[in-house]
Amino acid sequence: MVRDSIKAEVKNLNFFYGNVQALKNINLDILEKRVTALIGPSGCGKTTFLRCFNRMHDLYPHNRYEGSIILKPDDIDIISPNIDPIEVRMRISMVFQKPNPFPKTIFENVAYGLRVRGISNKKVLAEVVEKSLRGAALWDEVKDRLDKPAFDLSGGQQQRLCIARALATNPEILLFDEPTSALDPIATSKIEELIVELKNNVTIIIVTHNMQQAARVSEYTAFMYLGEIIEYGKTEKIFTAPSEKLTEEYITGRFG
Amino acid sequence: MNELKKRIKYNKFLSSIFLIIGLLSTLVGLFLLTVLFVDLFIDGYPRLTYKFLTSFPSRIPEKAGILSAWVGSFLILFVTALAAIPIGVAAGIYLEEYGRKNWITNIIEINIANLAGVPSIVYGLLALGLFVYFFKFGESILTGGLTLALLILPMVIMATRESIRAIPNSIREASYALGATKWQTVQWHIFPYSLGGILTGIIIGLSRAIGETAPIITVGALTFIAFLPSPPITSDFPFLSFKWLFDPFTAMPIQMFNWVSRPQKEFQVNAAAAGIILMIMTLIMNGLAIYIRYRFRKKIKW
Ligand SMILES: Nc1ncnc2c1ncn2[C@@H]1O[C@H](COP(=O)(O)OP(=O)(O)O)[C@@H](O)[C@H]1O
Ligand SMILES: [Mg+2]
Repeated sequence: MVRDSIKAEVKNLNFFYGNVQALKNINLDILEKRVTALIGPSGCGKTTFLRCFNRMHDLYPHNRYEGSIILKPDDIDIISPNIDPIEVRMRISMVFQKPNPFPKTIFENVAYGLRVRGISNKKVLAEVVEKSLRGAALWDEVKDRLDKPAFDLSGGQQQRLCIARALATNPEILLFDEPTSALDPIATSKIEELIVELKNNVTIIIVTHNMQQAARVSEYTAFMYLGEIIEYGKTEKIFTAPSEKLTEEYITGRFG
Repeated sequence: MNELKKRIKYNKFLSSIFLIIGLLSTLVGLFLLTVLFVDLFIDGYPRLTYKFLTSFPSRIPEKAGILSAWVGSFLILFVTALAAIPIGVAAGIYLEEYGRKNWITNIIEINIANLAGVPSIVYGLLALGLFVYFFKFGESILTGGLTLALLILPMVIMATRESIRAIPNSIREASYALGATKWQTVQWHIFPYSLGGILTGIIIGLSRAIGETAPIITVGALTFIAFLPSPPITSDFPFLSFKWLFDPFTAMPIQMFNWVSRPQKEFQVNAAAAGIILMIMTLIMNGLAIYIRYRFRKKIKW
């Protein structure tokens, strides 16, 4: 059996919103081309943790990181002040809780990441847009209306468009923050299938408060509570034989 | 049971009283406005001719026209737009997207909101000191345009900020998450998505500026000009001339003011006719603003 290789090492991570500590001493390894799920009750810090990976917190004042997140293979600490958050975001993409396409055409939405990188060659853009839309299982539904506004799509299609937009730049890690919480069950299962498909090529971290979803799509699961990682391990193990009492109480629905 | 019915009846009675008061108030406003406009129209109609638009003012009421006035208004507004739009939009974008929220930006914010309410003649005094005496631009079109630019600057800044604020934060995050810089985000998202609101604010500002009298009298608008400013295009190299910027000027409301203050009855007719033209100019600008808002609303809905 081939051992999984590490994509990112989180070491002693603390995070503060001003004086409020939202993450406490987090240590875990994100494995390459695997899906890692973050679960836990609302307000436990899942989103906060996820947004450390692409330095989203740098957009707002008074936010502070401590510790490190080492990205492999080049061993850079992505939360270090010496690393440009823009470089981090170019390597690590994100899909948000609510679909947030730009009020532009479908094509321009997907091409945006490339435009940011200064690519304007029509042929290159067209190729990447098609590849990304195929990757997000949306191509067949939109191939005849790439120049139509993205807002015309349904909620589920919009979310897949956002996935295509995130894929277009070949990210090393793809972050999902409860990507299906605003969607109906059919759209949800499409996205879940897609995530399982995508992990062949990219490392995925997904926040979800739906435990069935975590069980269906992930290989590894971290259970968070009050800003701490209570338990982290293989998804099967977390869901069938958790070693912590708190984890067991949460997955059996006794709180949260 | 009877108690309840009585209560409902009483509530409905109160409700209908307000309906009547509201309706009457609306009608009074509408009625006064219509009377005003019709009256102006009846007074000024006899002088509404092509010649009125193409003649200079004159001592003989029948020969007098508004050529120098509308050309003056047009040129002043041109200078106003050129000065107020870039500065106002840039300031609005800076305050919303770049300026960190702290007590300094708070003070700036309160000041800008207050500036919009400062009486326009105060702007005239400020401009007199700044543009006429300090920068020595003279009592010129340039001074007049810049004065009105000062006046509408707070409006442009506020319109810019408000329409930027209407953009959901999730759009900014989507852009930044793909590695965009602040400028890329502004250039490709913030500015285009707020353009409708910005344009509307600009046009409403300009339509206020076109009717302003006090500040441009303060900076020395003339009431009687029987010549046009120097042409902006010349026959010699470099074919462009900016001499007109420093020419003396008059404007529509000034011309009206001048005519209204004359004793002869015939001049009152001229004033009314000029009033109609000014009102039509303003209505066209406001209509344009409504149209632009409608077009952009249709295109972008959050
Ligand atoms: N911008 C913020 N400023 C201050 N506190 C915040 C901010 N965002 C989240 N928090 C707090 O941090 C904690 C974790 O929030 P979050 O990461 O959103 O939780 P989750 O995604 O697990 O529901 C919560 O207690 C929340 O109130
Ligand atoms: Mg969350």
